[in-house]
Amino acid sequence: MSTMVSVQEVTKVYKRGSEELKVLDSLSLDVPEGEFVALMGPSGSGKTTLLNLIAGIDQPTSGAVVVGGRNIAVLSEGELAKWRSHSVGFIFQFYNLIPVLSAVENVELPLLLTKLSKKERRERALTALKVVGLADRSSHYPRQLSGGQEQRVAIARAIVTDPQVLVADEPTGDLDAKSAEEILKLMETLNQEFKKTIVMVTHDPRAADRAHVQRHLEKGVLQLR
Amino acid sequence: MALPLSYNIRNVRVRWQVTLLAISGIALVVAVFSILLSMSAGFQTALRATGRPDNALIVQRGSASELTSGIRIDDRNTILADDRIARRPDGSPMASWEWVVVMSLPKVDNGGPTNVTLRAVTPQAFEVRGGIDVVEGKKFQPGLDEVIVGRKIMGRIEGLQIGKQVKYMDKRFTVVGVFESQGGAFESEIWGDYDVMGAMFQRGAGSNSVVVRMKDASQIPALDKWIRAQPQMQLQAVAEPKYYSDQAGPLAAILKGLAAFVAFVMGVGAVFGAMNTMYAIVASRTREIGTLRALGFSRFSILSSFVMESVVLATLAGAIGLLLAMPMNGFSTGTAQTQSFSEVAFSFRLTPQILITGMVFAAAMGLLGGLLPALRAARMPITRALRDA
Ligand SMILES: Nc1ncnc2c1ncn2[C@@H]1O[C@H](COP(=O)(O)OP(=O)(O)OP(=O)(O)O)[C@@H](O)[C@H]1O
Ligand SMILES: [Mg+2]
Repeated sequence: MSTMVSVQEVTKVYKRGSEELKVLDSLSLDVPEGEFVALMGPSGSGKTTLLNLIAGIDQPTSGAVVVGGRNIAVLSEGELAKWRSHSVGFIFQFYNLIPVLSAVENVELPLLLTKLSKKERRERALTALKVVGLADRSSHYPRQLSGGQEQRVAIARAIVTDPQVLVADEPTGDLDAKSAEEILKLMETLNQEFKKTIVMVTHDPRAADRAHVQRHLEKGVLQLR
Repeated sequence: MALPLSYNIRNVRVRWQVTLLAISGIALVVAVFSILLSMSAGFQTALRATGRPDNALIVQRGSASELTSGIRIDDRNTILADDRIARRPDGSPMASWEWVVVMSLPKVDNGGPTNVTLRAVTPQAFEVRGGIDVVEGKKFQPGLDEVIVGRKIMGRIEGLQIGKQVKYMDKRFTVVGVFESQGGAFESEIWGDYDVMGAMFQRGAGSNSVVVRMKDASQIPALDKWIRAQPQMQLQAVAEPKYYSDQAGPLAAILKGLAAFVAFVMGVGAVFGAMNTMYAIVASRTREIGTLRALGFSRFSILSSFVMESVVLATLAGAIGLLLAMPMNGFSTGTAQTQSFSEVAFSFRLTPQILITGMVFAAAMGLLGGLLPALRAARMPITRALRDA
């Protein structure tokens, strides 16, 4: 099994005025292909920061982030945007759906960056909605959906371009137990049936139990267990 | 591929209140701006339409208007002997000598007094000036206390209808006709007989000005040069249209300046208003922008989507503003001409050029108002945009 995500000696420093805040301190982490990893740790330990680096929406101060064999730490702004559009799916705690677009339009959004025809885009978006069990809600707007349903639409959006890696930042953090259970089940399916490599940040031990591996972050350093 | 248009349309629809606010602000600015410009354009037309290019107006050098000019009869006769002036078959020169005075008459709208030019002319004036048509009633008869009034001034001054009487220096003149002069400034005047009025003014046989028809319009500079060379005269010859459009000069310039100033002040206000609205709209969409960028949309596509949205909205607002200004097109009003201090009636004219200027102005406001906040949103780090509440 090859390595899908390889974080190598990554340091992330935030500057706030003259103050420097070292959020990640020469951190290394390998995630094999097809793995489901849960990242845990106290608030402020740098979990979101690490996830953002893996997803290519932020860049490290030093070190390398290799995803699918490519070091994304050296990509330019434009290259990175393009890379994100087909290589990674992001699942947010607060879903981040576009309120003025319907469920299927939200799911279709990443496909606008591909060369697919309008018809193909719509078909794929509907297929993704079917995978998350919301085919019958395709024309609903986010405000007409429950939190759990919104998150499932967001997951459909994350998988619609068929990326190899999914990153999720507290995907169940805003949901009740039942909805959280459904989301976790869905993520398990994506991992087992669709062979997605998943990196999930969570505070919830039950959520973490679904993962194959649990890693703990403290003050920007991974804990050995 | 860029963001779909439907995304902008939905956003506008969902945020229709703020959108409406921004649109009405810009529409109002464009309306006022174009009305001011059309006023200035109309005023220039009123004075430019006055006079024939092959007529030379002879007035005193250094006098700003016909009112303050004076030409003695000896000088007139010397000039009229000049060979460059057109003649009738009987050999008499085609020339019109005229007295010009200002009379104070009550306005229709508020009864307040305004200055109206009273011009005393010989029968030759109609032939020489040209383009004067009596459209109602008849011409005044030489030797009688009769006047005719310009079409534009008739509606603006009280008691100028045919059959009514106007008083000047204890003398009553009966209005016997209404005339037009192809939109020119004469339509703001009252005309009467040279001999009757000359006697009343007690100014003798001279005149304020003399108009001569040239054999060849291109000879006007030569005539002027010759007249200026006569030391006893202190006179000059100017092409008739040029003389009247120069009279418009200061006021038209003032109106233009005013239009620019008001447009600038209102424009700055509207740009800030539109920018504020766009800022608010963009700020409320910060997390959305972060999400779009996380999904892989480029800064450029997001920027152009926002800028396009505001430019389209502003252009629409500009069109609405011009529609608001439209009813003013052709609306007649009057103002005191600066040089002669008498009322000149003119129509607002919304020229194609003004319409284009208005649209460009609106689009520019939209561009500025949309670009700055959109730039701010697109340049923000994605991680920060995503944490936005
Ligand atoms: N853009 C930024 N600028 C400055 N400081 C930042 C920025 N992003 C994060 N930080 C700081 O970095 C530290 C780690 O933040 P991060 O969001 O990675 O923590 P976290 O482990 O995800 O916490 P939580 O469990 O509360 O989500 C925090 O102290 C945070 O204030
Ligand atoms: Mg976090």
